Amino acid sequence: MNCDAEKVVYMDNNATTRVAPEVVDVMMPFLTDCYGNPSSMHNFGGQVGGAIKNARAQIAGLLGAEASEITFTSCGTESDSTAILSALQSFPEKRHIVTTRVEHPAVKHLCENLDRLTGHKHRVTRLQVESDGTLDMARYEEALAVDTAIVSIMWANNETGVIFPVEKMAAMAKERGILFHTDAVQAVGKIPIKLKELDIDFLSLSGHKLHAPKGVGVLYVKRGTPFVPFLSGGHQEDGRRGGTENVASIVGLGKACELAGAMLEEENSRVRALRDRLEEGLLASVPKSMLNGHKTDRLPNTTNISFEFVEGEAILLHMNLYNICASSGSACTSGSLEPSHVLRAMGVPFTAAHGSIRFSLSVYNTEAEVDFVLEKMPPIIAELRQMSPFWKAE
Amino acid sequence: MWEYTDKVQQHFLHPENVGEIENPSGIGDVGSLACGDALKLTLQIEDERIVDAKFKTFGCASAIASSSALTIMIKGMTVDEAEKVTNEDIADFLGGLPKEKMHCSVMGREALEAAIADYRGVILPMAEGEVVCECFGVTDLEVIRAIKESELRSVEEITNFTKAGGGCGKCEDRLREILQATVSETPVTLVQVEGPKRMTTLQKIKKIEAVLEREIKPALRKDGGDIELVDVDGDFVMVSLRGACTSCAKSQTTLKEYVEKKLRELVLESLIVEEAK
Repeated sequence: MNCDAEKVVYMDNNATTRVAPEVVDVMMPFLTDCYGNPSSMHNFGGQVGGAIKNARAQIAGLLGAEASEITFTSCGTESDSTAILSALQSFPEKRHIVTTRVEHPAVKHLCENLDRLTGHKHRVTRLQVESDGTLDMARYEEALAVDTAIVSIMWANNETGVIFPVEKMAAMAKERGILFHTDAVQAVGKIPIKLKELDIDFLSLSGHKLHAPKGVGVLYVKRGTPFVPFLSGGHQEDGRRGGTENVASIVGLGKACELAGAMLEEENSRVRALRDRLEEGLLASVPKSMLNGHKTDRLPNTTNISFEFVEGEAILLHMNLYNICASSGSACTSGSLEPSHVLRAMGVPFTAAHGSIRFSLSVYNTEAEVDFVLEKMPPIIAELRQMSPFWKAE
Repeated sequence: MWEYTDKVQQHFLHPENVGEIENPSGIGDVGSLACGDALKLTLQIEDERIVDAKFKTFGCASAIASSSALTIMIKGMTVDEAEKVTNEDIADFLGGLPKEKMHCSVMGREALEAAIADYRGVILPMAEGEVVCECFGVTDLEVIRAIKESELRSVEEITNFTKAGGGCGKCEDRLREILQATVSETPVTLVQVEGPKRMTTLQKIKKIEAVLEREIKPALRKDGGDIELVDVDGDFVMVSLRGACTSCAKSQTTLKEYVEKKLRELVLESLIVEEAK
């Protein structure tokens, strides 16, 4: 299969990322010669265990954590489920969870289905967000109750890039003896993280969002945090997660974390500048367009812009003609009939929510690509608006 | 990503008859911004014949393509002929639409009806029904008609065609009631929907065969697959997957999520589908 990757202007990095060539290189031996099982007694398998150990240290390095606090999983969703269900099993008498209205489906749907999954009744407080996508800390404090088992709040939002003050929220939970989980799938590699200094008990990350392959994730569990496995089975991962290790991907993720650490500076300078150039250019050249989400408390790579009176799927398919890849919060793109739950929680009007486009950049994007998108977008929006019954040319 | 036909792509990227007729003979304005799609159809009618039709559409690719198709189809028709155009005709013109997008073709038909009613100066009967789905403002009359005309047999299908039930989901029970009531009064050309009453194995086999032939095989064949009934033992239905299904990683999902669901819905609630080894 040939995907013509070099022809594509890829600005959908919050959906998934290109596997870094350096990552592919370190993975290859484990897809060919080094196929031993790390649990084996012989040296042929044992040396593979060494590679996993190395990867664990690389990941711990990026997170500012101890290697022993890193557990490998299959994806961000598994990490989220493991953390939340572990807390509920560790404190069976506590039946309350605090989360937000803008979580990724991995957490959102889990919380909605808890009663069925655990056979117990749970109260779930889903915190409302402000119109710029930020949280009201006073409301958060009010939500923490004596029977709260766990708080699960994302570090950065996948749709808007808005960053929540999880450091502070984790400290407030800790004061009350409540466990704190953060879905940091979008944050890791984009903002500096030092877990050693924080009160975060669980953190989820996903390989394919930071230039490692799909099918590998990590759950960070702070030392001393009570833990109940989600997948029981063999003794792998110190008994925290059964199942033979996805060795190649784990090694790749280790390398990807090392690269992410080295590129954090570039992400926050060059990539941020590209994002700002794109955002400012679009807002200036397309009338009736608006930014969704807080302007500064935001990931450096993400911008979510609404083009009023046109529909997101139609925009994306026109962009597709130019091989520009992005995402939309419109209803039609999701397969559901309603627009993004994130934008609705923020109170973005329907006129704008259906026409929202998320551009998410990476270190692989160039200024030429940004300029190409800036050139192509205004006529696309104008053409669709000319077809829209709601558009009144001014 | 949706699988759109070339015809849908063509009509989306190069729609015909975009615009608004000045002083039209009839206007059909349906949908809304909140719903995520809307269509304003204007007709020029002379001597009971549609001489011009233009549209403005807010919506996805299939909504725009459906609008373009509709205007091409009805231009030159008499009003009486145009009245008989159904959403299925629009979808067929486009070489089919993804099932989740059928409501786009329904919107085209509704706009046409509204424009004709406006031309004739009458009130649309559909609007007089009781609103069932508040999220998308769908009435029971619209739901009943969709069930009858497109032979819908599940709440999910109703949502695909009318959007009803696609928002908060509170009206699902009501939709199920309407579905049951409508299906039971429709003269049944299909396999009758039965309750969990007893059937002999022979009866079961006959009904399962009928559903496989009518519904399941055509769907699988579209993807190059096929299915054969091997045996029925109590509630266990043994089938054998053929063609592309045998090498398809999703075949087990298809078996449980599609084949079993369909058979449970149309034959017997307690059936369990398994692949014969």
